[in-house]
Amino acid sequence: MRGVSMKRFLVGLLTVSMLVLAACGSSSAPGAGSQGSTSTGSSTSGSGAGSGSKVIKIGLIAPLTGNVKTFGESSKKGFELALEQAGYKAGDYTIEFVAGDDKGDSTEGVNLATRFITQDGVKAIIGSVTSGVTIPVSLVANENKIPMITGTATAEGVTVNEDGSRKPFIFRACFIDPFQGQVAAKFALEELGVKTAAVFYDKGNPYTVGLAESFRAEFEAGGGQIVAWESYAEADTDFSAVMTNVAALKPEMLYLPDYYNKVSLLAKAAKEKGLDVPMLGGDGWDSEDLDFGALAGNYFTAHYSADDPSPAVQKFVQEFEAKYGHKPDSFAALTYDATNILLEAIRVANTDDTDAIRQAIQDLKGFQAVGGSISFDEKGNPIKAATILKVNADKTYEFVTTVNP
Amino acid sequence: MATVQKKGFISAGIIVALFVVLYVLRQQGVISTYWGMILDLALITTTSAMGLSLIYGFAGQFSLGHAAFYGIGAYVAAFITKSFGGTTLNFAIALAAGALAAAVVAFLIGLPILRLRSDYLGIATLGFGVIVKVFFDNSDKVSKLFGGSMGMTGIPRITTFPWVFWSAVLVILIARNLVNSSHGRACISVREDEVAADIMGIDTTRFKMLAFTLGCAMAGLAGGLYAHLYAFLHPTNFQFLKSFDVLLIVVLGGLGSLTGTVVAGMGVVFLQEILRDVLGQQFLDWRGVVYALVLIVLMILRPQGLMGGWEFSLDRLLPRRTKGGKASGTA
Amino acid sequence: MGQLVEQVVNGLQLGFVYALIAVGYTMVYGIIKLINFAHGDVIMVGAFVTFFGLVRGIPWPVAILIGMVICAALGVGIERLAYRPLREKGAPRIAALITAIGVSLFIENFASLRIAFGPDYRQFPAMVTRMQWNVFGVTISSIQVLIVSITLVLVLILQLVVYRTKIGKAMRAVALDMDAARLMGINVNMVIAFTFAIGSALAAAAGALLAAAYPQIWPYMGIMPGLKAFTAAVLGGIGSIPGALLGAVLMGQAEVLTAAYITTDFKDAVAFALLILVLLFRPAGLLGKAGPEKV
Repeated sequence: MRGVSMKRFLVGLLTVSMLVLAACGSSSAPGAGSQGSTSTGSSTSGSGAGSGSKVIKIGLIAPLTGNVKTFGESSKKGFELALEQAGYKAGDYTIEFVAGDDKGDSTEGVNLATRFITQDGVKAIIGSVTSGVTIPVSLVANENKIPMITGTATAEGVTVNEDGSRKPFIFRACFIDPFQGQVAAKFALEELGVKTAAVFYDKGNPYTVGLAESFRAEFEAGGGQIVAWESYAEADTDFSAVMTNVAALKPEMLYLPDYYNKVSLLAKAAKEKGLDVPMLGGDGWDSEDLDFGALAGNYFTAHYSADDPSPAVQKFVQEFEAKYGHKPDSFAALTYDATNILLEAIRVANTDDTDAIRQAIQDLKGFQAVGGSISFDEKGNPIKAATILKVNADKTYEFVTTVNP
Repeated sequence: MATVQKKGFISAGIIVALFVVLYVLRQQGVISTYWGMILDLALITTTSAMGLSLIYGFAGQFSLGHAAFYGIGAYVAAFITKSFGGTTLNFAIALAAGALAAAVVAFLIGLPILRLRSDYLGIATLGFGVIVKVFFDNSDKVSKLFGGSMGMTGIPRITTFPWVFWSAVLVILIARNLVNSSHGRACISVREDEVAADIMGIDTTRFKMLAFTLGCAMAGLAGGLYAHLYAFLHPTNFQFLKSFDVLLIVVLGGLGSLTGTVVAGMGVVFLQEILRDVLGQQFLDWRGVVYALVLIVLMILRPQGLMGGWEFSLDRLLPRRTKGGKASGTA
Repeated sequence: MGQLVEQVVNGLQLGFVYALIAVGYTMVYGIIKLINFAHGDVIMVGAFVTFFGLVRGIPWPVAILIGMVICAALGVGIERLAYRPLREKGAPRIAALITAIGVSLFIENFASLRIAFGPDYRQFPAMVTRMQWNVFGVTISSIQVLIVSITLVLVLILQLVVYRTKIGKAMRAVALDMDAARLMGINVNMVIAFTFAIGSALAAAAGALLAAAYPQIWPYMGIMPGLKAFTAAVLGGIGSIPGALLGAVLMGQAEVLTAAYITTDFKDAVAFALLILVLLFRPAGLLGKAGPEKV
């Protein structure tokens, strides 16, 4: 009896110590880290092996599993395309990359960022997708002086602290919400000529909250009236109750500033309750998986139009479709931009000193991205124009107009 | 010297030695910042799991709302340090307050709920967990500091390894002492056969409440530590699925085994991170699949859990004068 | 007033979908006392299979049937591979529960892989033309009619099976006392497999209806409906089929009416608070049998 218990105790102890040793082991062995970095395909091994020691490793943090895996995957595709197009080089440096999955969870994101920075020698980060994960990750990056560009996290708190002070190493490639909301409100008042609106937003998502609030501010300032201000939760799929209520208030338009999946459900629910009014949204609508049938004839603010003849856009759209077999959505486009911005900064700074790279990003003026010409303001936000697109039932968008800040 | 005292000294000695070793390894960088963080997280998770081990493993109360108490502790502790500053004293107060808040809520909800039988208790605690999460989502209506659905930022990052380690030790000691006491035996009897215990005159309600309140307080403490390690709280960190994670640990480790909970708690956290390495870049999204498979296989092969009710004890290691005169063998 | 009626109808739509799911949960629990957490994911698989059928132009009743058959097989497979080994070992119930959680995680994560369904949110094509009728000032949609009628038909068929067939009798026997049933010569394993098959088939139909009502499918779509339906089953008295129906309808109403008249922010909380309140006064659920504990 005693012998058996002893065995079990030892097994337990052995397991735990093995795990701990494995952990310590992989932290000191240089091989383990780079094994993770020579990633999909032979891309990096071809350019990195042996030829010169000037290497910069960048990391992608995105939700590659979990509820918003589809956004994370788009993001990764944009990231990888940008790197491929750049030939995995920037300036005199070869770019190695490693991608990590944050599962859409802030704890995972922080663990991953810590790992990238302190263990894998990552010098810059692209990511993440949602503000909820990006904010805590930005704390880690900023503290460790690692430049970070998020393609899609829109909350103000990503680049600035609660007290308003800037996190100098953090930037983003997307609008911050106030601008899109304003553009939408102006369009509603002037082009659509509506006076009343109902707004639906996901109260847990700073993206939708930001757009909704700036829309409301601008709309009301222009004499409009918000007749319904409805929030829902991310997990909600049934909107029948709230739509019944809103339909009775007879708004002239609906503002739906959420991602394409939620918007598709909302639009259908609205139509079912007889709310056949114009709908307006934000760049989250931009996806092949949008329900074009339900949203035909409606508009959204975007950062680019696939029909824009500018070479930057065309190169992106065509090569994306060639490589992946489907059109890019806003997540792919924005992460593509973020990556290119980083590569450009590295090229300009031509050093692996992270502070210099940071400065190069901050100093970028008029960088030609898919989303237009980009310059950063003092809060790390890009100053760029917005496009208004109209949804057609045949799965295409129609360019309506461009609005400059 | 009496054997009990000697055992106590040896135990204390081992624990202090372990602390010193780990601390030095971290300082010297042998344990990297990253793995140190994972170690901290593993210890915090274990602290929380200890609580559920008491509640479910020992007292047999099927609680599926553990993450809610973890969250209560986290939010309360963070609120205090955010409002009053992150000094060491404030931190201690905050942690205690978090644990206390969790205990109070547990007490209040436990009184009516612990009457329910097993599966019903599970769903009721699960439901309670959802209610608490909804509360977190709307917490900005109570105070802007809480952040509501968008999360609470700006928490001072003051959790360090010593805090985490000694909290875990404290919790394990309390749990162990409780389990080996008459109170603990009463709790176990409630788990084994509540009706019989009742007939034998044991105040089942009292002991269920004791285990539940204490267990939830431990979760609250762990939550407070977590809040100050990751400096960011989001209601989704505390949704009902997270309660399953803790339950998993307790069952995997073996019900009624504190050692099992410790091993499983540490193991699960490390396993998740190691899977990252093992799977490599090509199969990043297979991590969840592999984890689930490992879980299923483990449960089918060893349904009583890794330790299956067995407990580590110094008694087995020390030479002892038994009736037969044989000293217990060390391997 | 018309609006209130319309909200009640909204609640019925939700409630009936939950009902179909809840019945499956309750049947499995009734027979082996297991909370089959993987049930929610069977819903998802059913929705996807129906989707693939619809996209190929298969008429919707057939697509749903195919989904039901495939999910029945899936359910039986899960039982055989994950739950039966534990049953035969005499393992504690909690082990089966944890395994169920594992199976649920496995199906979700596997489904989201590119080689399986993929993580994307897909639009579910309309099964019937979306029409609205104005009945006494209340807007009723074709989808609502579809859901209510299909659910009623399926539940009726279920009642027939459970109360008018031999296998149904066997199911009731095993649920009452597994050992006695075995001693009476009932092939318990087969009965359990059959129960899983029916429960999963119903879940598949529920998945299709869920997708019809909220036309979007993705690998994690089953988690919340599964949880809510399970809560509904407990609310009504777990193990009781009429209880599951009652509980589901109540849950649906609670959710919708809270969303409509209080605020959407609290609708989940209210539904669960309702559950806790009911359990406090009727610890075995509304229609559950609070039998005396035999010592």
